[in-house]
Amino acid sequence: MMHFTLPMFGPILPELLVLAGALALLLLGAMRGEKAVGIIDMAAVVILLIAAVLVIFEPGTRTEAFSGSFVIDNFSRFMKGLVLIGSASAVVMSIDFFRAKHIRRFEFGILVLTSTAGMMVMVSARDLVMLYLGLELMSLSLYVIASIDRDNLRSTEAGLKYFVLGALSSGMLLYGASLIYGFTGTVTFAGVAEAVKQSAPIGLIFGLVFLFTGLAFKVSAVPFHMWTPDVYEGAPTPVTAFFSAAPKVAAIALFLRAALDAFPTIVPQWQQIIIFISIASMILGAFAAIGQRNIKRLMAYSSIGHVGYALIGLAAGTAQGVQGVLVYMAIYVAMTLGTFACILAMRRKSGMVEEIDQLAGLARTQPIVAMFFGALLFSLAGIPPLAGFFAKFYVFLAAIDAKLYALAVIGVVTSVVGAYYYLRIVKIMYMDEPADAFLPMPNGLRVILGVFGLFTILFFVYPSPLVAAAEAAAKSLF
Amino acid sequence: MTIGLSHYLIVAAILFTLGILGIFLNRKNVIVILMSIELILLSVNINLVSFSAFLGDIIGQIYALIVLTVAAAEAAIGLAILVVFYRNRGSIAVEDINAMKG
Repeated sequence: MMHFTLPMFGPILPELLVLAGALALLLLGAMRGEKAVGIIDMAAVVILLIAAVLVIFEPGTRTEAFSGSFVIDNFSRFMKGLVLIGSASAVVMSIDFFRAKHIRRFEFGILVLTSTAGMMVMVSARDLVMLYLGLELMSLSLYVIASIDRDNLRSTEAGLKYFVLGALSSGMLLYGASLIYGFTGTVTFAGVAEAVKQSAPIGLIFGLVFLFTGLAFKVSAVPFHMWTPDVYEGAPTPVTAFFSAAPKVAAIALFLRAALDAFPTIVPQWQQIIIFISIASMILGAFAAIGQRNIKRLMAYSSIGHVGYALIGLAAGTAQGVQGVLVYMAIYVAMTLGTFACILAMRRKSGMVEEIDQLAGLARTQPIVAMFFGALLFSLAGIPPLAGFFAKFYVFLAAIDAKLYALAVIGVVTSVVGAYYYLRIVKIMYMDEPADAFLPMPNGLRVILGVFGLFTILFFVYPSPLVAAAEAAAKSLF
Repeated sequence: MTIGLSHYLIVAAILFTLGILGIFLNRKNVIVILMSIELILLSVNINLVSFSAFLGDIIGQIYALIVLTVAAAEAAIGLAILVVFYRNRGSIAVEDINAMKG
């Protein structure tokens, strides 16, 4: 007589909720068609927020499920909270946009849910199989979301480019994973770490490099960034907002866990790779954005630069560095979603506009929006006392404590260069002759802009909860 | 001569390289890119199965089955995106994917 023990499903309750919600809404969408779009979008937001509450208010203990391949700790709690907030905000931001463009599709909310479930698995993954499954669940949904405006050439082209390069990066990541499996004989991060402690053969280092290449693609770090500007520009704007927040957080979380959980004893081997892609991303993000006329393309280069800053913390390879990355990602999500709320409000009777010059004189036509937009841009540039300054402060501090002085100096220099293009937008909004006024901002966007704008402006008043949560989360990786 | 693990790994490495080259050197057709992606995933499967056999560990074969399943889903989504792109552009030549610079 054989005995089967059911695996523990308790730890994956938030993931199950998101996935079951996606299936139920898919059924509703299949039955009611486009009439159900409003309900599905609302339900998707509610499900994501409930999952966020479940994740954040779980008891703060470390739990492993499925033979240790899935782990719940403070780190996963922090990152999942960020992912869920980012996804929920993206759905809220999409509603008015799709209604105005007459491309309301019920699939959007559902695909956001499935990709979010993939991101949550990525954050908690602690073996190579789970890592791959989470990554693919996220990526496959994102390819479809990028081409959601299926009658639009640019949107479908963005989807096609994202698919080809994303599939290539998954292939590289898998090849790396297969080599790591072969040279250590196990797929769990704990087992890999144990095997690496004894010896690190060249085949394993090869696998590590391929794995990091695949992950660098997903976080859009230079030299694997080439898909980012085109996908950001071509995809509908709320989709771009979604891409720039939640998937980045999940991929960075996976990067941190894979590097520090599976390869803690060979830090010098991978540190050089991280330092290189971090410096390259910061430099490209600072210089390539200068000539951009399209604000979505500019935000793409901006996000490449910000990933470079976040990776400084990983290059440090210390708990302090990871804390810096976590604080950075939290503040980055708030800044970038707030900025995209402003970009989504760039709408006239004739339709959406995306050129930076169209923002001329926004301070006179919509002073409050211009004030928030200006503050967010100052924050993206890293000017004190806004939140973006503290984000950079923590990663630079970690780099200096880890004796990576060159990295910190290059980071400071590139943020000064990067400030130029952020401040140019502020100058256009405040100094130039006003263009025609935009339509008034929809309520959903107002809420998003208000919440994230105030968070960015007032972060310096009471930073300790976020910093303490990041510190607790960082400790669980060491 | 006996065929050892290294022979399998070399075959997989050659297939992987062919797949990567197929994506970057190909200037004609997006379908060829999809086939190259399949080639990459197959090379990974050869790696996984041969490691699994030589290590006497079953996980590698389970991993290979999962990769096969996901590869099928990936091909389905890739072809679907290609079809909607073709409807808008009227061509699937690589050089015609140029609505945005870069």
